[in-house]
Amino acid sequence: MRRFLRPGHDPVRERLKRDLFQFNKTVEHGFPHQPSALGYSPFLRLMAIGTRSGAIKLYGAPGVEFMGLHEENNTVMQIHFIPDQCQLVTLLDDNSLHLWSLKQHSGASELREEHRFTLKGPPGSPPSATQVTAVLPHSSREVLYLGTESGNIFVVELPSFRVLEDRTITSEAVLQRAPEDYCNRRSCELVEALQEHPKNPDQILIGYSRGLIVLWDLQNNKVTHHFLGNQQLENLYWQRDGSKFISCHYDGSYTQWPVSSDNRHPEPLENFVPYGPFPCKAVSKIYWQTTKNGLPYIIFQGGMPRASYGDRHSISVVHGSQQIAFDFTSRVIDFFIIFSSEPTAEFDDPSAMVVLAEEELVVIDLKTAGWPAVHPPYLASLHCSAITCSHHVSNIPLKLWERIISAGSKQNIHYSSMPWPIDGGTNIAPDPPQRDLLLTGHEDGTVRFWDASGVCLHLLYKLSTVRVFLTDADPNDNMNPLGEDEWPPLRKVGTFDPYSDDPRLGIQKIYLCKYSGYLAVAGTAGQVLVMELNDEDAEHVVDHAEADLLQDQEGYRWKGHEKLKTRDGPVRFEAGFQPFVLVQCQPPAVVTSLALHSEWKLVAFGTSHGFGLFDHQQKRLVFVKCTLHPSDQLALEGPLSRVKSLKKSLRQSFRRIRRSRVSGRKRRGGSGNASEVQEANAKFDQDTLQEMELAPVQRKIEARSAEDSFTGFVRTLYFADTFLRDSSRHCPSLWAGTNGGTVYAFCLRVPPAERRMDEPVRAEQAKEIQLMHRAPVVGILVLDGRSNPLPEPLEVAHDLSKSPDMQGSHQLLVVSEEQFKVFTLPKVSSKLKLKLTALEGCRVRKVTVANFGSCKTDDYSENDLAVLTNLGDIQIISLPFLKLQIRYPCIRKEDVSGIASCVFTKYGQGFYLISPSEFERFSLSTKWLVEPRCVVDMPEVTSNNHVHNKSGMENAVRKS
Amino acid sequence: QFGAEFRRFSLDRYKPGKFEDFYKLILHIHHIANLEVMIGYADVHGDLLPINNDDNFFKAVSSAHPLLRVFIQRQDEVDYSNFGTNTLSRKKKALVTLRNDNLRRRPHINISMPHDFRPVSSIIDVDILPETHRRVRLYRHGCEKPLGFYIRDGTSVRVTPHGLEKVPGIFISRMVPGGLAESTGLLAVNDEVLEVNGIEVAGKTLDQVTDMMIANSHNLIITVKPANQRNNIIRSSRMSGSSGQSTDSTASHHSLPTSHVLQNFHPDEMESDEEADIVIEGGLEPQHIPKLHSLTSSSLSRINGSSISHRLQRDLVLNNNSGRESNGNIHKLLSSLKTDPRHSLVIPRGGIEEDGTVITL
Repeated sequence: MRRFLRPGHDPVRERLKRDLFQFNKTVEHGFPHQPSALGYSPFLRLMAIGTRSGAIKLYGAPGVEFMGLHEENNTVMQIHFIPDQCQLVTLLDDNSLHLWSLKQHSGASELREEHRFTLKGPPGSPPSATQVTAVLPHSSREVLYLGTESGNIFVVELPSFRVLEDRTITSEAVLQRAPEDYCNRRSCELVEALQEHPKNPDQILIGYSRGLIVLWDLQNNKVTHHFLGNQQLENLYWQRDGSKFISCHYDGSYTQWPVSSDNRHPEPLENFVPYGPFPCKAVSKIYWQTTKNGLPYIIFQGGMPRASYGDRHSISVVHGSQQIAFDFTSRVIDFFIIFSSEPTAEFDDPSAMVVLAEEELVVIDLKTAGWPAVHPPYLASLHCSAITCSHHVSNIPLKLWERIISAGSKQNIHYSSMPWPIDGGTNIAPDPPQRDLLLTGHEDGTVRFWDASGVCLHLLYKLSTVRVFLTDADPNDNMNPLGEDEWPPLRKVGTFDPYSDDPRLGIQKIYLCKYSGYLAVAGTAGQVLVMELNDEDAEHVVDHAEADLLQDQEGYRWKGHEKLKTRDGPVRFEAGFQPFVLVQCQPPAVVTSLALHSEWKLVAFGTSHGFGLFDHQQKRLVFVKCTLHPSDQLALEGPLSRVKSLKKSLRQSFRRIRRSRVSGRKRRGGSGNASEVQEANAKFDQDTLQEMELAPVQRKIEARSAEDSFTGFVRTLYFADTFLRDSSRHCPSLWAGTNGGTVYAFCLRVPPAERRMDEPVRAEQAKEIQLMHRAPVVGILVLDGRSNPLPEPLEVAHDLSKSPDMQGSHQLLVVSEEQFKVFTLPKVSSKLKLKLTALEGCRVRKVTVANFGSCKTDDYSENDLAVLTNLGDIQIISLPFLKLQIRYPCIRKEDVSGIASCVFTKYGQGFYLISPSEFERFSLSTKWLVEPRCVVDMPEVTSNNHVHNKSGMENAVRKS
Repeated sequence: QFGAEFRRFSLDRYKPGKFEDFYKLILHIHHIANLEVMIGYADVHGDLLPINNDDNFFKAVSSAHPLLRVFIQRQDEVDYSNFGTNTLSRKKKALVTLRNDNLRRRPHINISMPHDFRPVSSIIDVDILPETHRRVRLYRHGCEKPLGFYIRDGTSVRVTPHGLEKVPGIFISRMVPGGLAESTGLLAVNDEVLEVNGIEVAGKTLDQVTDMMIANSHNLIITVKPANQRNNIIRSSRMSGSSGQSTDSTASHHSLPTSHVLQNFHPDEMESDEEADIVIEGGLEPQHIPKLHSLTSSSLSRINGSSISHRLQRDLVLNNNSGRESNGNIHKLLSSLKTDPRHSLVIPRGGIEEDGTVITL
């Protein structure tokens, strides 16, 4: 029996498979989901972001990135780099401390966890006694000071994490010489802040939550100064020269304190409520930055008037008379200022402010007037508006690439020209092999063009389809007129805007022809836009055509949403892709498939009702075909009525939150802890299994029938120049596959170029294939006489592909969710097939032809099918013999949105969403692998100088 | 006398009356009142089914669309094996289970021979399975009934070297009244599903098993551990209870608790079922009627839908006068009509007649 034979016992083929296929998850693009902590090393010029799922990510110069995962999968609360070291310490919400280090291994740096430690109190002490609230890595690099909830400060040695008990700073010791009445009024409570004296490493400033601040002398183990604050303390910041520090408070105020040897109980210099006099929110963090011109930068988070602006997430920058409250669209997690870190420099001279908000990273240029934002080269918020679809185009011609970049640069004029300030480490990865574009469609009707060639997913250009339509929101509303006398002086920054004006604008399908620059985009309300790339602004009328997909079927009523209203008259479009024709499907159901043939100038589109073909050269509808089963009432009425869809989207967004929490647990660790991740996943799977047992669900077992709902739903459309009618003449053809397992083939007659405008394009139905098993058709492909997939339109014309073989006989590959089947052409008869669902119980979710090159020889490559199943496995299946080559587990099967979001590239890579804001990139190929490879060197010279200076300084201080 | 004779007559679709009357009517129309005949009809799938009592007569009339093709044969010429064994490949000597409770309750009614029924389900591989297991094959093929059952997750207790262990399992949770699964009487609620078409379900999720069952729905073979173990076939009676092919089983299979090999299951047979994708050529082209070839079964795979009735006549004319042989030809003809059992569903509004060539694969 055939199916008991194990595939692949051919040793030659097995060896070749090893040279062709290899599975790697290479890099996570986008913005980390649920960030929880931020750290920065001015020494390494690296930034670290921790997340609620226990991941830690380091970023430096573009291309320099590292990732680690805490085994506990607990929230990262704090990140502290060890001064002048390639090391950092993280504090998790389970009170554990972890020491990570960057070490070089075979030429590249790797992030590894070295030690872990949990502070333990004496037996019987409450957990709060050792609950760490503040961490100070001392500049000596030998010890960590750990402030706790109990008010005690423990000292642990690095890297061993040995507690130096004799050096513990108890709250009793701190209060010893404090004024009597003050001590009576307040206990020390928890340690809110620990700051080392900028000039004297033997002194640390300790801030307690109730307001008491003390300067502690490490040499003599005693308090030198008591600063008797009476407001609940939030944070502390030293002035560069150590003569003053600033404290910020819960009531929205900040206070300056002098530090001098003659006054042991100094009074505050200044106490100020910046957004008073009405009650204000807490100022949770503050910087005091000195400049050459004498005017300091005071930068603080929060402090907004509680009643009217209490809901804002703001950071205010005050510099002399200039003051701006940067207003973020999501909660601020943390921020830091990049300033001169040279110990010899006299002033801070801040250059940039880096703000980690919950949904995006915003960097503000503090050197350029007006404080513009800096365009980040990575950490893009993919989910500015929710991603609704993606489309990948490999190997973009240079010309198109440059035109897209130029269109994008015109959109980015409001960004600062400052070079990216976080530039530590060196990217040693080879240059990306080719220019790749990832296009994402969004709920707000925009399409974003990402440079997906390398490790940094970078936004090149943003296209909005909104202008074509009349929506409730005026596009000018978003322009924030900077009223000078507005108080507080709020300025919106960032791009995260999850609120869509109209869900109908959502982009569902994208198709870009990289040779011609034609782009087709289709959306939720049955709109299909065809666009052309124009390097200039232009004002023109968008032609409008309707495609009635129900044709003559009568008595049906669409109960779903209405179509979008279009703008009359000419519309102004900025440089870039400009729509010139709109085809509106009727009923305006969501467009479920789209294909564009730039050579024939045809666009095909399908919905749950049928499909149509539009000639965008003559702007004429060629034909429509209704695929609806007459009894399919559900599809007719449109399950997405407006009210329902809102409810649904709400529900989905909750689900998304829940799901992403779950998916957040799954993180790629370093190579070392991959198995641990798997273990965590297994544990999770077990949990879900138990949940399932609690709530018994049942599944109906029933064969599919023609009467099932949504059988007419058009799943795939495909243009091919092939032998449809007889084996002597080939002709253009359009193929469509439905949810009910039907394939339609239409023979097209496209007039020759010279008469292209004079004669109409004609279409005739030539074939209809009903698959017996009736599973949804998800892919259609024609293989030429050499069993190669037919090239893309214009590919041959641009000499990028060999002409297809039109001599031998062509074959048709139909991929349904359940099986792969090859048919002969023109007479359609089954040749071979591969069953998936009947044997394995999994279904095809995504399928693409991918080209795999051998890593051993340059002259061998082959085409295979890359398949993602509903269980999250990836399978590679050979062409044309449909033999399973290899299988890799890729996405957890519970991660439905991850599986739905997956796109494959033409060269065996792929992307899928691991959270609303992050794409995981993976590679199936041994040859095409885009992954970070970078080195972080200890800046040796500076480091020595630094240490030298510092010790010199210490000596000087001690002498004095 | 029994040659090419055709009569066309009408009956009230909703009040067909009694079989006896119909029988008389037939004899009367054909002027063969003095003969013992067997009446059969071609159902929607092209199967030749008997008419010999009120129930199946009523069924025949109600399923007629719009014509009911009635075949009348002399009783002594009838080859019973033609009835019900609905395709060429389906001539399995599998144990046929009959569940027609209506018939049993009324013993006076003329019950046809077992072969007069189309198999709807069978127990197979009794000889190689442990006595506690049952392998059931559901023939949805050519059956209007829904499969009609539900499955759920559950836990089952297994004996392992470490003692009893609870493991997740898949169970039948519900039967749809009137469905195929219920009507067979071979499956019951709380039966544990062990295999689907020879593939173990252990380690697979409910959704996976659901997908596998649906993907195999045209010819579903489920191995279950019945919740009720009392009705199990006793080994000693194997010879009578098991299928004709039971002796094929090898000793090695015998010792396995659950074999992965399906004995009475030929992949080719499944292939033939599945290959039956339908291709309609040239939907918008004018139809052309292909030449008729001689009636070998291979040529029957290419027929012209619009001339079905026409050909039927010719075939009968050509062959029916040759006694016993005619049965075979009728059968061939019918099987050709039904090589794709679904065509009536696919093109519900007489699509075949208008759209030209139909090729069944």
